[in-house]
Amino acid sequence: MTNDDRPDVTDDGAPRYDEPTGQYTTGHSWDGIEELNTPMPRWWLGIFYASIVFAIGYAVLMPSIPLINSHFEGLLGHSDRGEVAADLVEMRSERAVFADRLSGTGIDDITADPELFRFSMAAGKSAFGDNCATCHGTGGQGFKGYPNLNDDVWIWGGTFEDIRHTLEVGIRAAHDDTRFNIMQGFGQDGFLTRDEINDLADYILAFSGLEVDAEVQQRGQTLFADNCASCHGEDAKGDRSQGAPDLTDADWLYGGERADIQTSIYSGRQGVMPNWNERLDPEIITALAVYVHALGGGEPSLPAIVPASMDDSAESEIVTDDTNVEAETP
Amino acid sequence: MSTQTPLNLANPHLKRDDTLIPMLFILIPGVIWATFAATGSGFGSFNGIAMKAQAATMLFALIGAIIYIVGKMGTEPPTVDHSQYADKVIKFGVIATTFWGIAGMLVGVIIAAQLAWPEIFYFESAAWTNFGRLRPLHTSAVIFAFGGNALIATSFYVVQRTCRTRLAGGSWPWFVFWGYQLFIVLAATGYLMGVTGGKEYAEPEWYVDIWLTVVWVAYLLVFLCTLAKRKEPHIYVANWFYLAFIVTVAILHLVNNLALPVSATSAKSYGVYAGVQDAMTQWWYGHNAVGFFLTAGFLAIMYYFIPKRANRPIWSYKLSIVHFWAVIFIYIWAGPHHLHYTALPQWTQTLGMVFSIMLWMPSWGGMINGLMTLQGAWDKLRSDPVLRMLVVSVAFYGMATFEGPLLSIRYVNALSHYTDWGIGHVHSGALGWNGFVTFGALYCLVPWLWKKKDLYSTRLVEWHFWLATIGIVFYITAMWGAGISQGLNWRSYTELGFLEYSFIETVSPLHVFYAIRTLGGLLFLLGTLIMAWNIRMTIMGRGNAESTLADDAAKKPVLPETDTIPPTLAPAE
Repeated sequence: MTNDDRPDVTDDGAPRYDEPTGQYTTGHSWDGIEELNTPMPRWWLGIFYASIVFAIGYAVLMPSIPLINSHFEGLLGHSDRGEVAADLVEMRSERAVFADRLSGTGIDDITADPELFRFSMAAGKSAFGDNCATCHGTGGQGFKGYPNLNDDVWIWGGTFEDIRHTLEVGIRAAHDDTRFNIMQGFGQDGFLTRDEINDLADYILAFSGLEVDAEVQQRGQTLFADNCASCHGEDAKGDRSQGAPDLTDADWLYGGERADIQTSIYSGRQGVMPNWNERLDPEIITALAVYVHALGGGEPSLPAIVPASMDDSAESEIVTDDTNVEAETP
Repeated sequence: MSTQTPLNLANPHLKRDDTLIPMLFILIPGVIWATFAATGSGFGSFNGIAMKAQAATMLFALIGAIIYIVGKMGTEPPTVDHSQYADKVIKFGVIATTFWGIAGMLVGVIIAAQLAWPEIFYFESAAWTNFGRLRPLHTSAVIFAFGGNALIATSFYVVQRTCRTRLAGGSWPWFVFWGYQLFIVLAATGYLMGVTGGKEYAEPEWYVDIWLTVVWVAYLLVFLCTLAKRKEPHIYVANWFYLAFIVTVAILHLVNNLALPVSATSAKSYGVYAGVQDAMTQWWYGHNAVGFFLTAGFLAIMYYFIPKRANRPIWSYKLSIVHFWAVIFIYIWAGPHHLHYTALPQWTQTLGMVFSIMLWMPSWGGMINGLMTLQGAWDKLRSDPVLRMLVVSVAFYGMATFEGPLLSIRYVNALSHYTDWGIGHVHSGALGWNGFVTFGALYCLVPWLWKKKDLYSTRLVEWHFWLATIGIVFYITAMWGAGISQGLNWRSYTELGFLEYSFIETVSPLHVFYAIRTLGGLLFLLGTLIMAWNIRMTIMGRGNAESTLADDAAKKPVLPETDTIPPTLAPAE
């Protein structure tokens, strides 16, 4: 019995009958807290035992017990890694049909075959989401510094072959044959003064409609001819064979504000796109090229170019670019 | 030291406190190390400025403690009144719990807003506001600062009452309290400066870990020595749970944090484990931090405050024994369920899963005992929102400990893992169980400790209860929605066998869920602020919180008289 006057004093003794529960207490009391001697609920015990039985059963069926150099593999012989390996084999064999047909195929063959085209677009979309969307956006819309892939403005060429080659070798990437050029920092490296850069920026903006006074125009023209024309061309329309962007259109990779252009001239631009040939299978790269080509700005291949294989296509690419440029340059 | 200074002869229970000097053996080496680290001399420090700031904080705190001790020894010999409970340290603990609770929950709301509106709450120039630094600040603040202070404060209260003896160790409980606050400050400021060991829920670097170890050993000794000098024949169930919590957390902390610092005064260290062993050790720790910190420790709170508040006996002594030992034995093996479908060998995953399933009923044992204790007192739930808070906490505990084994099943885990479902699960436990049981205990403790008739306002407790409950419901349902949407979108394939969505496409639908989650967290925080106000007004004696001190003979001995006067106080020969 607890002492009601002094609940902090315990009479460690006789169990007390508890009216609301119909149980006896254990006779212990701490700071007035007693305990009932209620038996454990049967359903509770039942489920507890059942969970133990389940645990043992599951452990017998599945890999479970560690041994010295291996482990007990379970009666079902199940293996996660084995399952994944089998799934991968199955997936590869399902895709092999398409993969074989995609390797070294031109865009015309792919578009001519609805089934192959559908597969390429599905594979391309999936691979694009996982690999390209981070920089180019989920819809390929691009961001400042990352080209928009939906329009018809291409720095290194917009034919199927150009795109596939860019995917393979990257831009300023680790690949030996990577697409490479240097837009140097003319201000940073001491080639041009601040005033010269200002003149040059205004001169360039004049191509897209900025009104510039004649003197600036004059100075800018000279500066452009001396410093920029070798890559961007006399008419500033760019040169895809060198990856030199067209400076006369309204599309600017690094922004078209005066300050953006001044920054580009002052510090240069060295954007990088990785070479994907080491990370993605050739057929996935082909599928990606199909997908990007179909986004909206893909250009038709020139009939002369029929790449024989993925490796050969790299060389034939240059021919493509040259022809392309010549065809465009008046 | 003038050991012969006469003590208050009117009170035979007053004894000399000779526990302060030994603390210097910890504080002085700490000062020496912190001086080296703060000045950055020798040893080639890495993380320069952050380390210096950390060491300076430590130096400041330790020198302060030394000055306090020397001052205390120099003026009047400190005494301990063995006829009274050591309650002042618990009062400090109650206030610290409230303070850290608000801080931790506020950071939680901020990072929830960062996830919902990343473009608004991202400050490029202030690295310390980055999600990556604030997130561990939130988790550590709510688990270790709020939860830890609640556990230390309630354990000091409960162990004294249920053992009918004053806390052992003289001033050591104060060392535990202030040492623990220093640990919190060092950990929190370190995170903000980018100092982290990188292990989830164990982010503090090696020197903070060592400091916590010292504090924790002191805590264990205070608790054990109090149990040892108890005036009760048996040890109450709450104390079993507290002891299991203290001992196991010590082991978990030591094993998981084994690391080699780059130099003796560097903030950077490297863990001794690598690869999958590291992952396994981390989740053995992480899961048992939940098991022994957030479950065993808080079950101890439940086992004292529910029967006390409801004024009913614990429902089943047998159940408490069986579920205690079952929880202790089974919980420790369940960690691998955090690593399903990873590089962890499959046999280890299997064991983690089956132990988690076996854990279901042992966990529920605590819920049954908590709820059934209300038998004969259910009517009190209508009138007493504090008791209701305690009981609802047990209901959330039951829900979370059902969801846990469910999520541990590998086929369910395949859907839920890495998604916000996990975050929802954790918060139904953290907000519903740990939060509510702590709030309930605080509402009980404040009038008891400060000798007030009642809380300032029961109405405000009602407001707290409903705001927090609605907040939890918003939070959990939003995270269920977000988690299941993520899980399904991630595993969604096209008919040609390609992934249907890119990752970012699975992120954008979460915005609405994240906004609701932020709202839920905000409501919960609001409830806590109301509680803080209520506690403040109660301590000030406003409203219903009239002082009962007048009724009490203020310093009447409440503890049984000791048989002998210790030799130190005996008259000199």
